[in-house]
Amino acid sequence: MKLSFALAAVAACTAGIAWAAPVVPADVEFSEYGAVEASLTGGAGDAANGAKVMTNRGKGNCVACHAVTALSDAPFHGEVGPSLDGAADRWTEAELRGLVANAKKTFEGTIMPAFYKNDGYIRPGDAYTGKAPTEALTPLLTAEEVEDVVAYLMTLKEQ
Amino acid sequence: MTKQVKSKALIALGFAASTFALATAAQATDPTDPLVVNGDLEIVTNTAAPAHMDMIDTIQSGWEFRSPETQDLQRDDFDNPGMIFVDDAREAWATAEGSEGKSCASCHGEPEEMAGVKAVYPKWNEDAGEVRTMEMQINACRTENMGAEALKYNAGDMTNMVALLSAVSRGLPVNVAIDGPAQATWEQGKELYYTRTGQLELSCANCHEDNYDNLIRADHLSQGQINAFPAYRLKNAKLNSVHDRFKGCVRDTRAETFAPGSPEFVALELYVASRGNGLSVEGPSVRN
Repeated sequence: MKLSFALAAVAACTAGIAWAAPVVPADVEFSEYGAVEASLTGGAGDAANGAKVMTNRGKGNCVACHAVTALSDAPFHGEVGPSLDGAADRWTEAELRGLVANAKKTFEGTIMPAFYKNDGYIRPGDAYTGKAPTEALTPLLTAEEVEDVVAYLMTLKEQ
Repeated sequence: MTKQVKSKALIALGFAASTFALATAAQATDPTDPLVVNGDLEIVTNTAAPAHMDMIDTIQSGWEFRSPETQDLQRDDFDNPGMIFVDDAREAWATAEGSEGKSCASCHGEPEEMAGVKAVYPKWNEDAGEVRTMEMQINACRTENMGAEALKYNAGDMTNMVALLSAVSRGLPVNVAIDGPAQATWEQGKELYYTRTGQLELSCANCHEDNYDNLIRADHLSQGQINAFPAYRLKNAKLNSVHDRFKGCVRDTRAETFAPGSPEFVALELYVASRGNGLSVEGPSVRN
Protein backbone atom coordinates (compact mmCIF):
# COMPACT_ATOMS: atom_id res chain seq x y z
CA MET A 1 0.00 0.00 0.00
CA LYS A 2 2.75 2.36 1.03
CA LEU A 3 4.84 1.31 -1.96
CA SER A 4 2.11 1.94 -4.51
CA PHE A 5 1.44 5.33 -2.95
CA ALA A 6 5.14 6.19 -3.30
CA LEU A 7 5.16 5.01 -6.91
CA ALA A 8 2.16 7.10 -7.70
CA ALA A 9 3.91 10.12 -6.18
CA VAL A 10 7.05 9.47 -8.24
CA ALA A 11 4.95 9.11 -11.38
CA ALA A 12 3.23 12.38 -10.67
CA CYS A 13 6.57 14.10 -10.13
CA THR A 14 8.20 12.80 -13.30
CA ALA A 15 5.11 13.71 -15.26
CA GLY A 16 5.45 17.22 -13.88
CA ILE A 17 9.13 17.35 -14.81
CA ALA A 18 8.52 15.99 -18.29
CA TRP A 19 6.07 18.77 -18.91
CA ALA A 20 8.69 21.43 -18.10
CA ALA A 21 11.79 19.57 -19.37
CA PRO A 22 13.60 20.57 -22.56
CA VAL A 23 13.05 18.62 -25.77
CA VAL A 24 15.46 15.67 -25.79
CA PRO A 25 17.73 15.39 -28.86
CA ALA A 26 15.81 12.45 -30.33
CA ASP A 27 12.55 14.44 -30.22
CA VAL A 28 13.74 17.59 -31.98
CA GLU A 29 11.53 18.20 -35.01
CA PHE A 30 13.39 19.42 -38.10
CA SER A 31 11.52 20.79 -41.11
CA GLU A 32 12.23 19.48 -44.59
CA TYR A 33 14.98 22.12 -44.94
CA GLY A 34 16.48 21.64 -41.49
CA ALA A 35 14.79 24.38 -39.48
CA VAL A 36 13.54 23.86 -35.91
CA GLU A 37 10.52 26.03 -35.13
CA ALA A 38 10.03 25.36 -31.42
CA SER A 39 12.43 26.51 -28.72
CA LEU A 40 14.20 23.51 -27.21
CA THR A 41 13.49 24.85 -23.73
CA GLY A 42 10.09 26.32 -24.43
CA GLY A 43 11.49 29.76 -23.61
CA ALA A 44 13.79 32.46 -24.95
CA GLY A 45 17.58 32.14 -24.70
CA ASP A 46 20.06 34.44 -22.97
CA ALA A 47 22.11 36.19 -25.67
CA ALA A 48 24.86 37.29 -23.26
CA ASN A 49 25.50 33.70 -22.19
CA GLY A 50 25.28 32.66 -25.84
CA ALA A 51 28.28 34.87 -26.60
CA LYS A 52 30.23 33.08 -23.87
CA VAL A 53 29.27 29.66 -25.20
CA MET A 54 30.41 30.71 -28.68
CA THR A 55 33.93 31.62 -27.58
CA ASN A 56 34.49 28.98 -24.89
CA ARG A 57 36.73 26.18 -26.18
CA GLY A 58 35.02 23.66 -23.93
CA LYS A 59 31.53 24.65 -25.09
CA GLY A 60 30.44 25.75 -28.56
CA ASN A 61 33.81 27.22 -29.61
CA CYS A 62 31.97 28.52 -32.69
CA VAL A 63 34.77 31.01 -33.39
CA ALA A 64 37.16 28.10 -33.97
CA CYS A 65 35.64 27.93 -37.46
CA HIS A 66 33.57 31.13 -37.85
CA ALA A 67 34.70 34.75 -37.64
CA VAL A 68 32.38 37.04 -35.67
CA THR A 69 33.39 40.71 -35.63
CA ALA A 70 31.33 41.43 -32.53
CA LEU A 71 33.29 38.76 -30.63
CA SER A 72 36.73 40.03 -31.64
CA ASP A 73 37.78 40.26 -27.97
CA ALA A 74 38.19 36.46 -28.12
CA PRO A 75 41.43 35.66 -29.98
CA PHE A 76 41.92 33.57 -33.12
CA HIS A 77 38.75 33.24 -35.15
CA GLY A 78 38.84 30.48 -37.72
CA GLU A 79 38.04 30.48 -41.43
CA VAL A 80 36.68 26.98 -41.96
CA GLY A 81 33.07 28.18 -41.97
CA PRO A 82 31.50 31.43 -43.22
CA SER A 83 31.59 34.62 -41.15
CA LEU A 84 28.55 34.92 -38.92
CA ASP A 85 28.34 38.70 -39.25
CA GLY A 86 24.79 39.50 -40.33
CA ALA A 87 23.62 35.92 -39.66
CA ALA A 88 20.24 37.18 -38.46
CA ASP A 89 19.71 38.99 -41.78
CA ARG A 90 20.23 35.78 -43.72
CA TRP A 91 18.50 33.23 -41.50
CA THR A 92 15.33 33.05 -39.43
CA GLU A 93 15.47 32.06 -35.78
CA ALA A 94 14.09 28.60 -36.65
CA GLU A 95 16.75 28.12 -39.33
CA LEU A 96 19.54 29.17 -36.96
CA ARG A 97 18.20 26.80 -34.29
CA GLY A 98 18.28 23.97 -36.82
CA LEU A 99 21.82 24.89 -37.91
CA VAL A 100 23.13 24.88 -34.35
CA ALA A 101 21.25 21.71 -33.36
CA ASN A 102 22.29 19.68 -36.42
CA ALA A 103 23.57 21.57 -39.46
CA LYS A 104 23.64 18.36 -41.50
CA LYS A 105 19.83 18.62 -41.75
CA THR A 106 20.32 21.89 -43.65
CA PHE A 107 23.60 21.18 -45.45
CA GLU A 108 24.12 17.51 -46.14
CA GLY A 109 27.70 16.46 -45.50
CA THR A 110 28.76 19.73 -43.87
CA ILE A 111 31.89 19.57 -41.69
CA MET A 112 29.98 21.37 -38.91
CA PRO A 113 29.39 19.19 -35.85
CA ALA A 114 25.84 18.68 -34.58
CA PHE A 115 25.54 20.37 -31.19
CA TYR A 116 22.24 18.83 -30.10
CA LYS A 117 22.53 15.16 -30.83
CA ASN A 118 23.70 12.30 -28.61
CA ASP A 119 23.78 9.13 -30.67
CA GLY A 120 24.43 7.74 -34.14
CA TYR A 121 28.20 8.35 -33.96
CA ILE A 122 31.09 6.21 -35.21
CA ARG A 123 33.52 5.35 -32.38
CA PRO A 124 32.37 8.09 -30.03
CA GLY A 125 34.72 8.84 -27.15
CA ASP A 126 34.42 10.09 -23.61
CA ALA A 127 34.87 13.79 -24.40
CA TYR A 128 38.55 14.44 -25.32
CA THR A 129 40.07 11.49 -23.43
CA GLY A 130 40.39 9.24 -26.48
CA LYS A 131 38.71 6.49 -24.45
CA ALA A 132 35.35 4.80 -24.97
CA PRO A 133 32.49 6.41 -23.07
CA THR A 134 31.39 4.69 -19.87
CA GLU A 135 27.91 6.17 -19.84
CA ALA A 136 25.35 7.58 -22.24
CA LEU A 137 26.58 10.57 -24.23
CA THR A 138 25.19 14.02 -23.65
CA PRO A 139 24.87 16.51 -26.51
CA LEU A 140 27.77 18.94 -27.04
CA LEU A 141 25.52 21.76 -25.79
CA THR A 142 22.52 21.66 -23.48
CA ALA A 143 19.11 22.77 -24.73
CA GLU A 144 19.56 26.01 -22.77
CA GLU A 145 22.97 26.65 -24.35
CA VAL A 146 21.57 26.04 -27.85
CA GLU A 147 18.82 28.58 -27.16
CA ASP A 148 21.40 31.03 -25.75
CA VAL A 149 23.52 30.73 -28.90
CA VAL A 150 20.44 31.16 -31.10
CA ALA A 151 19.50 34.27 -29.11
CA TYR A 152 23.00 35.67 -29.59
CA LEU A 153 23.02 34.87 -33.33
CA MET A 154 19.72 36.74 -33.66
CA THR A 155 21.59 39.90 -32.53
CA LEU A 156 24.03 39.65 -35.46
CA LYS A 157 22.32 42.11 -37.81
CA GLU A 158 23.96 44.39 -40.32
CA GLN A 159 20.85 45.82 -41.99
CA MET B 1 60.45 10.52 -15.80
CA THR B 2 64.03 9.46 -15.00
CA LYS B 3 66.67 12.04 -14.23
CA GLN B 4 68.55 11.32 -17.39
CA VAL B 5 65.50 11.62 -19.59
CA LYS B 6 64.39 14.71 -17.77
CA SER B 7 67.73 16.47 -18.15
CA LYS B 8 67.81 15.49 -21.79
CA ALA B 9 64.36 16.92 -22.27
CA LEU B 10 65.37 20.11 -20.51
CA ILE B 11 68.46 20.43 -22.66
CA ALA B 12 66.32 19.92 -25.73
CA LEU B 13 63.82 22.45 -24.52
CA GLY B 14 66.51 25.01 -23.76
CA PHE B 15 68.09 24.29 -27.10
CA ALA B 16 64.78 24.77 -28.87
CA ALA B 17 64.03 27.96 -26.98
CA SER B 18 67.45 29.46 -27.64
CA THR B 19 67.50 28.55 -31.31
CA PHE B 20 63.95 29.79 -31.63
CA ALA B 21 64.96 33.11 -30.11
CA LEU B 22 67.97 33.29 -32.41
CA ALA B 23 65.91 32.57 -35.48
CA THR B 24 63.39 35.19 -34.43
CA ALA B 25 66.07 37.77 -33.74
CA ALA B 26 67.80 37.18 -37.04
CA GLN B 27 65.98 38.21 -40.18
CA ALA B 28 63.69 35.28 -40.92
CA THR B 29 64.40 33.72 -44.27
CA ASP B 30 62.10 34.55 -47.15
CA PRO B 31 59.22 32.08 -46.70
CA THR B 32 59.25 31.35 -50.39
CA ASP B 33 62.82 30.06 -50.12
CA PRO B 34 62.84 26.32 -50.73
CA LEU B 35 64.01 24.04 -47.95
CA VAL B 36 67.68 23.22 -48.27
CA VAL B 37 69.25 21.50 -45.25
CA ASN B 38 72.85 22.29 -44.32
CA GLY B 39 73.23 24.27 -47.52
CA ASP B 40 73.23 21.26 -49.83
CA LEU B 41 70.42 18.80 -49.11
CA GLU B 42 67.44 19.84 -51.20
CA ILE B 43 64.01 18.89 -49.84
CA VAL B 44 60.95 18.75 -52.09
CA THR B 45 58.16 20.33 -50.01
CA ASN B 46 55.59 20.53 -52.81
CA THR B 47 55.01 18.59 -55.99
CA ALA B 48 52.29 17.16 -58.23
CA ALA B 49 49.89 14.87 -56.36
CA PRO B 50 50.11 11.14 -57.09
CA ALA B 51 47.56 9.78 -59.56
CA HIS B 52 45.38 8.12 -56.90
CA MET B 53 44.41 11.49 -55.37
CA ASP B 54 41.32 13.13 -56.88
CA MET B 55 40.80 16.23 -54.77
CA ILE B 56 44.28 17.75 -54.49
CA ASP B 57 46.54 18.79 -57.38
CA THR B 58 49.64 19.80 -55.44
CA ILE B 59 50.82 18.00 -52.35
CA GLN B 60 52.64 20.05 -49.73
CA SER B 61 54.73 19.12 -46.75
CA GLY B 62 53.55 20.45 -43.39
CA TRP B 63 56.74 22.55 -43.46
CA GLU B 64 55.03 24.94 -45.89
CA PHE B 65 52.26 25.66 -43.37
CA ARG B 66 54.54 26.65 -40.51
CA SER B 67 55.87 30.08 -39.57
CA PRO B 68 59.15 31.28 -41.12
CA GLU B 69 60.79 31.01 -37.69
CA THR B 70 59.79 27.36 -37.29
CA GLN B 71 60.73 26.64 -40.91
CA ASP B 72 64.21 28.02 -40.38
CA LEU B 73 64.91 25.52 -37.59
CA GLN B 74 65.03 22.83 -40.27
CA ARG B 75 67.55 24.54 -42.53
CA ASP B 76 70.54 23.53 -40.44
CA ASP B 77 70.94 20.36 -38.40
CA PHE B 78 72.57 22.35 -35.59
CA ASP B 79 69.32 24.30 -35.25
CA ASN B 80 67.08 21.23 -35.51
CA PRO B 81 66.40 19.92 -31.98
CA GLY B 82 65.22 16.61 -33.49
CA MET B 83 68.81 15.81 -34.43
CA ILE B 84 69.72 15.40 -30.73
CA PHE B 85 67.44 12.37 -30.66
CA VAL B 86 68.89 11.08 -33.91
CA ASP B 87 72.31 11.13 -32.22
CA ASP B 88 70.88 9.08 -29.36
CA ALA B 89 69.61 6.54 -31.89
CA ARG B 90 73.00 6.49 -33.63
CA GLU B 91 74.49 5.37 -30.33
CA ALA B 92 71.80 2.71 -29.88
CA TRP B 93 72.39 1.56 -33.48
CA ALA B 94 75.94 0.52 -32.61
CA THR B 95 75.11 -0.99 -29.20
CA ALA B 96 74.77 -4.76 -28.96
CA GLU B 97 71.59 -5.97 -27.25
CA GLY B 98 69.92 -9.32 -26.69
CA SER B 99 70.99 -12.96 -26.60
CA GLU B 100 72.80 -12.92 -29.97
CA GLY B 101 75.22 -10.18 -28.96
CA LYS B 102 74.36 -8.16 -32.04
CA SER B 103 73.71 -4.50 -32.67
CA CYS B 104 71.91 -3.04 -35.68
CA ALA B 105 75.36 -2.25 -37.06
CA SER B 106 76.42 -5.91 -36.90
CA CYS B 107 74.20 -6.70 -39.88
CA HIS B 108 73.54 -3.31 -41.47
CA GLY B 109 76.83 -1.43 -41.08
CA GLU B 110 76.60 2.33 -40.86
CA PRO B 111 73.11 3.89 -40.62
CA GLU B 112 73.81 5.64 -43.93
CA GLU B 113 73.67 2.27 -45.65
CA MET B 114 69.95 2.27 -44.87
CA ALA B 115 69.37 5.27 -47.15
CA GLY B 116 66.16 4.72 -49.12
CA VAL B 117 64.57 2.25 -46.71
CA LYS B 118 62.34 4.73 -44.88
CA ALA B 119 61.11 6.12 -48.19
CA VAL B 120 59.25 2.91 -49.07
CA TYR B 121 57.71 2.17 -45.65
CA PRO B 122 55.08 1.04 -44.70
CA LYS B 123 55.82 -1.92 -46.93
CA TRP B 124 54.45 -5.39 -47.57
CA ASN B 125 56.54 -8.15 -45.95
CA GLU B 126 56.14 -11.36 -47.89
CA ASP B 127 57.36 -13.73 -45.14
CA ALA B 128 55.17 -12.19 -42.47
CA GLY B 129 52.23 -11.74 -44.84
CA GLU B 130 51.55 -8.24 -43.57
CA VAL B 131 52.21 -4.59 -44.22
CA ARG B 132 54.94 -3.45 -41.84
CA THR B 133 55.76 -0.01 -40.60
CA MET B 134 59.34 0.98 -39.80
CA GLU B 135 58.61 0.33 -36.12
CA MET B 136 57.30 -3.18 -36.82
CA GLN B 137 60.39 -3.98 -38.88
CA ILE B 138 62.71 -2.66 -36.15
CA ASN B 139 60.99 -4.87 -33.60
CA ALA B 140 61.11 -7.88 -35.94
CA CYS B 141 64.87 -7.33 -36.26
CA ARG B 142 65.22 -7.07 -32.50
CA THR B 143 63.21 -10.16 -31.59
CA GLU B 144 64.13 -12.41 -34.52
CA ASN B 145 67.75 -11.48 -35.21
CA MET B 146 69.12 -9.91 -32.05
CA GLY B 147 67.26 -11.96 -29.45
CA ALA B 148 66.30 -8.67 -27.81
CA GLU B 149 63.04 -7.47 -26.33
CA ALA B 150 60.64 -5.64 -28.59
CA LEU B 151 60.45 -1.91 -27.91
CA LYS B 152 57.12 -0.36 -27.02
CA TYR B 153 55.64 0.81 -30.31
CA ASN B 154 55.68 4.51 -29.53
CA ALA B 155 58.44 4.62 -26.89
CA GLY B 156 61.03 7.36 -27.17
CA ASP B 157 63.89 5.04 -28.16
CA MET B 158 61.71 3.52 -30.89
CA THR B 159 60.71 6.89 -32.32
CA ASN B 160 64.33 8.03 -32.15
CA MET B 161 65.42 5.01 -34.16
CA VAL B 162 62.76 5.74 -36.78
CA ALA B 163 64.10 9.30 -36.88
CA LEU B 164 67.63 8.02 -37.55
CA LEU B 165 66.35 5.89 -40.43
CA SER B 166 64.44 8.89 -41.71
CA ALA B 167 67.44 11.21 -41.38
CA VAL B 168 69.60 9.02 -43.60
CA SER B 169 66.85 8.97 -46.26
CA ARG B 170 66.26 12.72 -46.25
CA GLY B 171 65.82 14.22 -49.70
CA LEU B 172 64.78 10.92 -51.29
CA PRO B 173 61.21 10.79 -52.61
CA VAL B 174 58.54 9.00 -50.59
CA ASN B 175 57.48 6.06 -52.73
CA VAL B 176 55.28 3.56 -50.91
CA ALA B 177 53.66 0.77 -52.93
CA ILE B 178 49.87 0.73 -52.83
CA ASP B 179 49.13 -2.09 -55.25
CA GLY B 180 49.74 -5.83 -55.22
CA PRO B 181 49.64 -7.43 -51.78
CA ALA B 182 49.58 -4.02 -50.03
CA GLN B 183 46.38 -2.94 -51.77
CA ALA B 184 43.89 -4.36 -49.28
CA THR B 185 45.63 -2.60 -46.39
CA TRP B 186 45.81 0.60 -48.43
CA GLU B 187 42.06 0.42 -49.13
CA GLN B 188 41.39 -0.09 -45.42
CA GLY B 189 43.49 2.98 -44.64
CA LYS B 190 41.66 5.01 -47.26
CA GLU B 191 38.32 4.09 -45.76
CA LEU B 192 39.52 5.19 -42.33
CA TYR B 193 40.77 8.47 -43.80
CA TYR B 194 37.28 9.33 -45.00
CA THR B 195 35.35 7.98 -41.97
CA ARG B 196 33.83 10.69 -39.79
CA THR B 197 34.54 9.62 -36.22
CA GLY B 198 33.65 10.80 -32.76
CA GLN B 199 31.10 13.14 -31.40
CA LEU B 200 32.42 15.92 -33.65
CA GLU B 201 31.99 13.60 -36.66
CA LEU B 202 35.23 14.62 -38.34
CA SER B 203 37.26 12.59 -40.81
CA CYS B 204 40.90 13.22 -41.69
CA ALA B 205 39.63 14.57 -45.00
CA ASN B 206 37.30 17.14 -43.42
CA CYS B 207 40.28 19.11 -42.15
CA HIS B 208 43.27 18.00 -44.21
CA GLU B 209 41.73 17.64 -47.65
CA ASP B 210 38.73 19.99 -47.64
CA ASN B 211 40.17 22.71 -45.39
CA TYR B 212 43.96 22.71 -45.55
CA ASP B 213 45.42 26.22 -45.51
CA ASN B 214 42.45 27.44 -43.45
CA LEU B 215 42.74 28.48 -39.83
CA ILE B 216 40.84 26.47 -37.23
CA ARG B 217 41.05 28.74 -34.21
CA ALA B 218 44.84 29.43 -34.03
CA ASP B 219 45.86 26.34 -36.02
CA HIS B 220 46.86 26.61 -39.66
CA LEU B 221 45.52 23.38 -41.13
CA SER B 222 48.03 21.45 -43.23
CA GLN B 223 47.46 18.59 -45.62
CA GLY B 224 48.33 16.19 -42.81
CA GLN B 225 51.30 14.79 -44.72
CA ILE B 226 53.58 12.41 -42.82
CA ASN B 227 56.70 12.59 -45.00
CA ALA B 228 58.39 14.68 -42.30
CA PHE B 229 57.85 12.36 -39.34
CA PRO B 230 59.07 11.80 -36.74
CA ALA B 231 58.42 15.45 -35.92
CA TYR B 232 60.03 17.42 -33.12
CA ARG B 233 57.19 19.52 -31.71
CA LEU B 234 57.98 22.75 -29.92
CA LYS B 235 54.91 22.12 -27.75
CA ASN B 236 56.28 18.92 -26.17
CA ALA B 237 60.01 19.14 -26.89
CA LYS B 238 60.41 15.58 -28.19
CA LEU B 239 60.09 13.56 -31.33
CA ASN B 240 56.52 12.51 -32.10
CA SER B 241 55.68 9.37 -34.02
CA VAL B 242 53.09 9.19 -36.78
CA HIS B 243 50.76 7.00 -34.71
CA ASP B 244 50.95 9.33 -31.72
CA ARG B 245 49.94 12.17 -34.01
CA PHE B 246 47.09 10.10 -35.47
CA LYS B 247 45.96 9.32 -31.94
CA GLY B 248 45.94 12.99 -30.97
CA CYS B 249 43.96 13.93 -34.06
CA VAL B 250 41.35 11.19 -33.58
CA ARG B 251 41.05 12.06 -29.88
CA ASP B 252 40.32 15.65 -30.88
CA THR B 253 37.26 14.49 -32.81
CA ARG B 254 35.94 13.31 -29.42
CA ALA B 255 36.35 9.73 -30.59
CA GLU B 256 37.66 6.54 -29.07
CA THR B 257 41.10 6.35 -30.66
CA PHE B 258 42.95 3.38 -32.07
CA ALA B 259 46.16 2.32 -30.33
CA PRO B 260 49.62 3.12 -31.72
CA GLY B 261 50.72 0.02 -33.62
CA SER B 262 47.14 -1.17 -34.19
CA PRO B 263 46.24 -2.67 -37.59
CA GLU B 264 43.97 0.33 -38.18
CA PHE B 265 46.76 2.88 -37.70
CA VAL B 266 49.18 0.76 -39.76
CA ALA B 267 46.66 0.83 -42.61
CA LEU B 268 46.05 4.54 -42.15
CA GLU B 269 49.79 5.19 -42.16
CA LEU B 270 50.19 3.38 -45.47
CA TYR B 271 47.36 5.37 -47.01
CA VAL B 272 48.49 8.74 -45.67
CA ALA B 273 52.10 8.00 -46.66
CA SER B 274 50.88 7.28 -50.19
CA ARG B 275 49.29 10.73 -50.34
CA GLY B 276 52.83 12.03 -49.96
CA ASN B 277 54.42 9.94 -52.70
CA GLY B 278 56.77 12.36 -54.43
CA LEU B 279 57.54 14.61 -51.46
CA SER B 280 60.97 14.18 -49.88
CA VAL B 281 61.56 12.16 -46.78
CA GLU B 282 62.05 15.07 -44.37
CA GLY B 283 62.17 13.75 -40.79
CA PRO B 284 63.12 14.62 -38.22
CA SER B 285 61.19 17.79 -38.87
CA VAL B 286 60.36 20.71 -36.58
CA ARG B 287 56.73 21.64 -36.02
CA ASN B 288 54.79 23.70 -33.51
